[in-house]
Amino acid sequence: MRKFFEKLVEGGLLISGSVSSLTILLIVVFLFKEAGGLFNTPSTEEGYVLAVHNTNEVAKLSPEQLMDIFDGNITNWKEIGGNDVEILPFRLSDLTNYYSEEELGSEFQYVPQKISELIGKEPGIIAFFPEQYLLQEHFQGKVLPTQNITPSEFFGGTKWYPTATPAPIFGLIPLLLGTLLVSIGAIVLSLPFGLAVAIYMAEIANHRMRDFLKPIIELLAGIPSVVYGFFGLVVIVPLIQKTFDLPVGETAFAGSVVLAIMALPTIITVAEDAMRTTPRAMKEASLALGATQWQTIYKVIIPYSISGITSAVVLGIGRAIGETMAVLMVTGNAAVIPTSFFEPVRTIPATIAAELGEAPAGGAHYEALFLLGVVLFLITLLLSISVEYISSKRKI
Amino acid sequence: METVHKIDTIDRKKRSSQKFAFGFFTFLSYLVVAILFVILGFIIIKGGNVISWDFLTKAPEEGMTKGGIYPAIIGTFYLIVGSSIISFPIGIMSGIYMNEYAANSKLVRFIRIMTNNLSGVPSVVFGLFGMSLFVNALGWGDSIIAGSFTLALMSLPLIIRTTEEALKSIDDSFRHGSLALGATKLQTIRRVVLPMAFPNIITGLILSIGRVSGETAPILFTVAAYFLPQLPGSIFDQCMALPYHLYVISTSGTDIEASRGMAYGTALVLIAIVLVVNLLANALRNYFAKKVKMN
Repeated sequence: MRKFFEKLVEGGLLISGSVSSLTILLIVVFLFKEAGGLFNTPSTEEGYVLAVHNTNEVAKLSPEQLMDIFDGNITNWKEIGGNDVEILPFRLSDLTNYYSEEELGSEFQYVPQKISELIGKEPGIIAFFPEQYLLQEHFQGKVLPTQNITPSEFFGGTKWYPTATPAPIFGLIPLLLGTLLVSIGAIVLSLPFGLAVAIYMAEIANHRMRDFLKPIIELLAGIPSVVYGFFGLVVIVPLIQKTFDLPVGETAFAGSVVLAIMALPTIITVAEDAMRTTPRAMKEASLALGATQWQTIYKVIIPYSISGITSAVVLGIGRAIGETMAVLMVTGNAAVIPTSFFEPVRTIPATIAAELGEAPAGGAHYEALFLLGVVLFLITLLLSISVEYISSKRKI
Repeated sequence: METVHKIDTIDRKKRSSQKFAFGFFTFLSYLVVAILFVILGFIIIKGGNVISWDFLTKAPEEGMTKGGIYPAIIGTFYLIVGSSIISFPIGIMSGIYMNEYAANSKLVRFIRIMTNNLSGVPSVVFGLFGMSLFVNALGWGDSIIAGSFTLALMSLPLIIRTTEEALKSIDDSFRHGSLALGATKLQTIRRVVLPMAFPNIITGLILSIGRVSGETAPILFTVAAYFLPQLPGSIFDQCMALPYHLYVISTSGTDIEASRGMAYGTALVLIAIVLVVNLLANALRNYFAKKVKMN
């Protein structure tokens, strides 16, 4: 009986032990499940069609070209491989410019005919309208075939306009670059501080000082990210705006400063732990040879613990890349490819947090945000694995 | 004479470079301390003017510009309790299994790597995952239970790791002694190992509460509401929460300037929770450390 009970408990413990592995697995499954549909989704809004004049030779339009056309940046079919005809963009709401309300019918029952007629008349037209208004027989235009969003459009795209019509544009590059810029800036700022404090705590400070610093570092790690974000918003952002005389203070630099403070505890703790593992005999041998304490630190302790210090840096980067709220609050959130530190940028996590609430479930935007989550998850997984690899090398 | 003089200058050189380097490190360390005190001081001073009994016990009024944050405090409390009920047992049992039953086996190494990976997963990814699994797939909707599960999974790695560390620090001779007296493995764990590791495990649990109370991204899509007229009635209701409240009123409220005061107050309450949690964890650690020494 007792043996059975012991086995039962052991089984329970084993199940609990596998929960974290199971969670990783579930995260992968569910993120991919939600994101997977993106490349099977038509690039234009669902339920809408694009139609052109019969003589038009352009058969394919990318989302970016569509946006340029409807924004008036491309004005002639010649520019995108068609005939030399002026482009006439047409949306359903423009219909009243061409026909009176009587012509359209009291219940808009003649709308399909009129759209068809208009497309037949205008050689340069590109019409974007709901599928329900597509004339079933004798349609006088050519409906462009729907295309799906392609992986190269997502991973290589340089624009992020998730709510653009007729075709939203989901390009990863500006968000990825924004994330990297902010994170790398943060590490560059916090690394000197982090290493200095780690060295100070591991080798220089006396017991009392260390006992004073440790809880402070823990406290820094414990402050919620939204409080850092708030502090950044009300203190750091205005400060940066004034100091550098910028039109807005919400910049990549502000994000880096806030993230640098947030990454400090990780860097300090991991680097300090690594330095502490230096064997006492090694340190004493160095001191006995006449080296000063400082020489011992940079000639013996730092080289010995370099893999631990590298882990600290990688973990710090990981923390910075995944940080959401603080970055969302201070970086200004402009989804453009950043050209300098003093411009608003938008990071991947901030995009997810800001836009998921407004994206209708199951739509292309929703799926694109989950795909961003997948990208983020893979980046941090890669960083975790490289930390694992670095620290396993140290043991050999 | 010449060489002695040379050694002397080298000696002086290395000493002065040490002095410079150490001075620099000490300075940067003090600077980090200063940064913390600036942040804390700023929020305590600005928020201190706002905090009052009414602020803590009344609902927000007039588009978040007046009133208090009572519903958000209650919501955060529910989320702490909910996630703790889920994560504490699983985390502790997982730690026990890894250290006591299968230490250093291939399986445990795998679990440890997975746990480390899990701790590196960004909180917003947990939010996405929680939304996909608990809110949509299981059909719980935006609810306290969905938020609690999401937060619980997020805090698991911290609890597992501290439990494992706590158990690891107990000398094997205690286990051997107990086993030699005829106790079974389970009895040994329950009567000898766990009581000794208890203080350190508790410290980990308290720190995880601190983390859960301040996380915003995981609750963004799983439970948090901008404003609710009444308190949640069941675990399938939405609730307000402190960190989300701070985020909303400082970035997208109806009148951001007018609700600044409320934001300072909310930030102070959040900081206070973190301070209390950290002080408590430290006090416990010191108290038990002394007790162990005395024994």
